[in-house]
This record gives sequence, structure tokens and C-alpha cells, in this order.
Amino acid sequence: MATINEEQVRHVAHLARLAVTDGEVKQFTEQLEKILEFAEQLNELDTTGVEPTTHVLDLKNVLRKDEVKPSLPRSEVERLAPDWEDGQVRVPAVFE
Amino acid sequence: MNFETVIGIEVHAELKTNTKIFCGCSREYGAETNTQTCPICLGHPGVLPTLNEKAVELAVRAAMALNCQVADETKFDRKNYFYPDTPKAYQISQFDKPIGFDGYIDAEVDGVTKRFRIERVHLEEDAGKMNHTGENHSVVDFNRTGSPLIEIVSEADMRSPKEAVAYLERLKEVLQYADISDVKMEEGSLRCDCNISVRPYGQEKFGTKTELKNLNSFGNVLKGLEYEEDRHRKLLLSGGVMRQETLRFDEAGKKTVLMRVKEGASDYRYFPEPDLVKLVLDNDWKEAIRAGIPELPDARRVRYQEAFGLSPYDAKILTTTRETAEYFEAVVAEGADAKAAANWTMGEVQGHLNKSDDTFETLKLTPVKLTALIGLISDGTISSKIAKQVFQAIIDEGVDPAAYVEEKGLAQISDEGLLRGLINESFDAHPEVVEELKGGRDRKKGFVIGQVMKKTKGMANPTLLDELFYDELAKR
Repeated sequence: MATINEEQVRHVAHLARLAVTDGEVKQFTEQLEKILEFAEQLNELDTTGVEPTTHVLDLKNVLRKDEVKPSLPRSEVERLAPDWEDGQVRVPAVFE
Repeated sequence: MNFETVIGIEVHAELKTNTKIFCGCSREYGAETNTQTCPICLGHPGVLPTLNEKAVELAVRAAMALNCQVADETKFDRKNYFYPDTPKAYQISQFDKPIGFDGYIDAEVDGVTKRFRIERVHLEEDAGKMNHTGENHSVVDFNRTGSPLIEIVSEADMRSPKEAVAYLERLKEVLQYADISDVKMEEGSLRCDCNISVRPYGQEKFGTKTELKNLNSFGNVLKGLEYEEDRHRKLLLSGGVMRQETLRFDEAGKKTVLMRVKEGASDYRYFPEPDLVKLVLDNDWKEAIRAGIPELPDARRVRYQEAFGLSPYDAKILTTTRETAEYFEAVVAEGADAKAAANWTMGEVQGHLNKSDDTFETLKLTPVKLTALIGLISDGTISSKIAKQVFQAIIDEGVDPAAYVEEKGLAQISDEGLLRGLINESFDAHPEVVEELKGGRDRKKGFVIGQVMKKTKGMANPTLLDELFYDELAKR
């Protein structure tokens, strides 16, 4: 039986840098609980002898040769950047 | 109380590819900021990464050169975190299936060889470079974002800062020789983080560790770890409690500085990377990669001793860097006597490189010229003293050794008849010296040799002169 509590919801929200209100925490806890319950149906299947899968496509070794391709012009990078200073992307200072 | 130090090391090395790990942007160092990026490495929505074959091969090569088991099947995972140098807000790395595991390297510490185990070698992408320019903001250059990296995690096997440095030096040597990475700490292509703790001797449980980050030279690794070792011991002796911290080494202040206190385990929410399919390394591919590994330093050392009759010490010095070894071998390949080639490479050449801006690449004394110079000494054309003068002229102006000796009249006199005549001239002029010499006073020999040298302006072949001196004296 899946259980998720409000503390876990707050933790996950923090990891995703989402600001959530107390009301939302309550709401999401209920919703996430239901989602987990839904996914839990998979546990009813007998997977004895089934190899764990890490990808939905049964492909392997999709590789590229080590050849240089043109990069974006710097002016384009500047246009796409939220803020810019002397050829570099300007960001708020980060304190850990 | 006596303490034992325990150190483990994580090394990040940038792989020597032309392009980034998941896109065709160049990863060349030193380009103008933000000129080597594209929607893939900048993490724009909807783009797909495609794995660089060469990066895989170099990572496998590293695993092999570090005596690891190489995975038969591996995959990539997302490591999620927010930081401005990582535009996707996750790093593509490897979590539970590293390319290589259970390896080791042997390194010498104070004359004793010790084995340091390697837990894993995995492939991942690098982050961008941040510069903290202002109080309230930073700037980011994304050129490095997505460059292929290997992370090499050691077991906590080092028991002193010295062992940590020995491990790092050996590791650097292997990565350099096997052509896996440029391993330039000053350019960031080799970076290391060290975990250190101390515990009372005999205690099995590890003490609380601190992590030293951003160590930019092996000298600072040593100093930083020694400082931390001392700090841990003193704190524990005074009854203090160690906190799990991340620190950096302050070069100017010669001490470690707190960066942050670690609270609980990081929560990176790793999960399999859905944009990349599994990677299967079959035996044919592995063997092809193994066959392409250039000769490693240990093998070279053995070969130098066996094929060239060099001492273990000489073999070790000559293989300190790949450039040195290759220069030495090029000189031998030109036909020079191996022992002479070794002595010149380790002595005069290395001495010159140490005190100048020259490198093996810019050196005017090419292997061809050094071989010619060695030949002029061994065939008696010039003395070893004159050879130093010729050496300097080649270093400074790149002259041709034989032509220079000819032009400057530096060839020594090996004309037997002439030298015998001069010896006898000296004998005739000083019969008392001959008497003393015949009476067994060998130190008078210097007088005669000196006279001959004076008359030949120091150009007489000393070995030949010595031989002829005894020959003529015997006739008296």
C-alpha cells in the first residue's frame, strides 16, 4: 500500500525549487497518493524471471563519430540568454 | 593517542576527444567564451543527445589501463540538481552501472610499492565554468558544458597525504601515457577532490571525514591534506567533534577554508536517462580498444632495462613524462648509444628545460642533432667539455653540430704523431721530471699533460694523450 506524507511532498517540492502553499501540500499529498496507488497495480503482475528494463526501446549503441559540427554563433547564444555580460551569461549569485 | 589517517580521492579527467560527449561542438580549450555551444549542450527543450563513440572508447581505455573490470553492458543516468553551470538542471552520468570497476594502480611511496584500489570509473558530462564577478551575480561560460569526463573513484586506501600524492602522480601518468586525457590541472582537464578522516590506531570505524575541493596542483593536495590531517588530530585530542564539511585550500593563507557544512545525504534523484539507449561492450570491441592502448610507463621501464641495459633509476626518470620518454626513444632510434642518450636527456636537456621556457616541442636540439652530437663525442672528434659548448650553441641557435665544430675549430687533436712529439718535447726539456716519474711519482704526470694541453690550446684528445703518455714514458 503506497503512502506519502506531507513532509515528503514538501521535500520533493524543495528539490524541484517549487514554492507550495499549505493548501497545495495537502492537495498534492492526496493526488500523489492516488497516483502511487494507480502505479501499484503493476505489483500484481508476476515478474519472476523477467530482466529489469531501463529503457522502453530495445535499442543499443546509438553512437556518433567524433567529428566537429558548427556551434551556434555567439550572438544567437546572447539572444537566447536571459541576461548577458561581456560574452558570458549573467546569473544571480549562488550561495549554498 | 596515535591516529591513523584515511584518504580517498575522486578524480575528474577530461577526455581527449575532438567534440563534446553528446553533441558535435568542439571541446578545445581556450576558445572565446560561449562560442562552443549548441541547443544540445545548452539543454534546450526537445533536443536529443547522441553519444560520442570516441568518448566511450577512451573511458573503456581508462578502465583497462587502471586494471578495472569493464562492464559488458552499461547505461546512463540523470543526476538532478539546480546550479547555473548546468543548463539542463541535470547532469548525464552513470549511477549503478559504471563502465569500469574493481581496478587498482600500484604506486611507489618512499621506495615501497603499494596497491591502491579503484572502486569505479564512469563516464559523464562536464559542467560550464562559472566566474563570480560581482557581489550579486556571477557569469557563466558554457564552452565546457558537455565535455566528456571520466570520474575515477578510489577506495579509501591512502594512509597519508604523501600516499595520496603518489596515487595521483601515478594516475596522471597512466592517463597521459595512454592518451586518454591532457591531464593539465591548470586548464582544468584534471581535477581532484580528497576525502580525509583520522581515527585512533586499531579502530575499524572511519572517523568523520571532510572533503577538500578545488585543489589545483599536487603541491596543494599535499599541503591541504597535511593541514587537514593536523587539524583533525588536534581537534580530536582537545575533545572536539569533527563536522562533515566541504573545504577549499587557501594557497595564500596556507590553510583550509570552510565552503559548506554537509547536512544529510544529497538527494540527486538518479534515474535512467530516457534519451540514451543502453551501451553494450562486446568482446570484439573491448579487444580492439585494448589493442589500441599505447605502451604504459611500467612496460616502458621494463623494456628500457631489458633492451637498453639502463638502470631501474634511469628507466624511471626517463619515463616521468611521456614527452621525455618519446624524446629519449627518438634519439635512440636515430642510432645514438642508449646510455649516452639517457644521460643527455636526463642531464643537460632536462636541466635546460627546467630553467627555460623551452619544451620538448620547441627544443632546437632535435633528436637528430643530439644523436649527431653524441656521435662526435664517441668517435673522439670533440671532448665532453667541448660538447657542452656545442650543446649550448644548438640550444641557442639550432646550429648543425658537425658544421659548428668545423667552423669554430673545436675538433680535438687526435693526431698520434703530433701528440707523441709534444710529449717527448716536454720530457726532453725536463729530464728531472722524467726521473721522478720513473721513480714512481705519478703526480708529476699532470705537469707533462698540462704542457701538452697548453701547446695544443687545450684541444688534445685527453683519453688518447693519457694513453700515449704512458707509452712514451715506458720507452725512456
